[in-house]
Amino acid sequence: MIAALIFAISIVTLLQFFVSYSRSLIAECRGQELSEQTREICGVTARTVTGDKFRKLSELIAMCPESGSDSGTLMAVSAYYRLLSIVRSLSNWASPTATAWIEAERGDCAWAAAVVLDRRIAYTRMMMNQQSSH
Amino acid sequence: MLGPVDYILLFAGFAAHVCALIFLLKKRAFTQHFTLILYLSFSIAVGIGRCSILKTAGFNSNAYLYFFYYSDALTTICLYFVLMTLYAHVFSEMGVSKQVRGGAMLLLAGTAGISYHMVAASSDRLVTHFVAELGQNLYFVGVVLTYLLFGAMVKLRENRTRLMQIVLSMGVYLSLFAGTFALGNMHPDLPIWRYINPLINMWLPISWSYTFMKVPEDARIASARVLAPTNR
Repeated sequence: MIAALIFAISIVTLLQFFVSYSRSLIAECRGQELSEQTREICGVTARTVTGDKFRKLSELIAMCPESGSDSGTLMAVSAYYRLLSIVRSLSNWASPTATAWIEAERGDCAWAAAVVLDRRIAYTRMMMNQQSSH
Repeated sequence: MLGPVDYILLFAGFAAHVCALIFLLKKRAFTQHFTLILYLSFSIAVGIGRCSILKTAGFNSNAYLYFFYYSDALTTICLYFVLMTLYAHVFSEMGVSKQVRGGAMLLLAGTAGISYHMVAASSDRLVTHFVAELGQNLYFVGVVLTYLLFGAMVKLRENRTRLMQIVLSMGVYLSLFAGTFALGNMHPDLPIWRYINPLINMWLPISWSYTFMKVPEDARIASARVLAPTNR
């Protein structure tokens, strides 16, 4: 009985901590500008990216070499994005008003992915420059 | 008997802790976040101890089971120290560090007292169900303390990004372990537990490494920004 109660409370707190942690990572990325090249690749003109672009951006990121510890960020943001996608499909019939907020959150996830892609492109370019100088 | 996956997970966890320790030392976190260094060092020592016991006694031995659960309880107590330092950081401007230290000592004494009482009351059940229950309770107390700390941070409008991310990552870690131990108590025979624990174990060093590498000391974030949902 106590184990079941602890399990239930832990799931609730886990969700809250995880969502807040993911949002802190995204908020940090939100303050960063994208380079012209990344904007061109992503097809971004304004300060926002639609949530639907997240998958395409993840595929592009997978093609670039890793640049340190950003894969952890990407994993956390991807998990948050998947969670939002599940909530969106549930909320479509339960609470249509929440859909706009979920879409905005998914867009923020896509922006964070674009920032990671930007970092990786910059890293790849730096490596290529180093190789050509040798 | 351990398979290649177990060894890969063990090595990956060990490497994650060593890397995190190096990153923290490189970022000169020794004085400001001493308890984080202490926790990572202790976890590395526990990892070495577990490997040597695995080598000598084997995975299914009582010695390994004893060492696993009791070293885990001690590591959780180390995490309590980390939490108390974080409390002291959050309440530093209020000048209540003495009260925080006193509270920490009381909490530690209380936890030790309750644990001793539980051990004395169920000495015949040691190693079997009791140690897992003890681990579950320790993690759950950690979850409650982290939740209270996060609530205080939101209330006090704490805006240091590093501090916020460290607290949230600890909340994720402790909730994961509390839930896993609780589920493990209900279904102890599932073979999946041997893979889940080492995987969760990697969360803290990886998230701390990210925080100290990528988030500058002076970075700020509105605490309301991390709470969902926000007004746009």
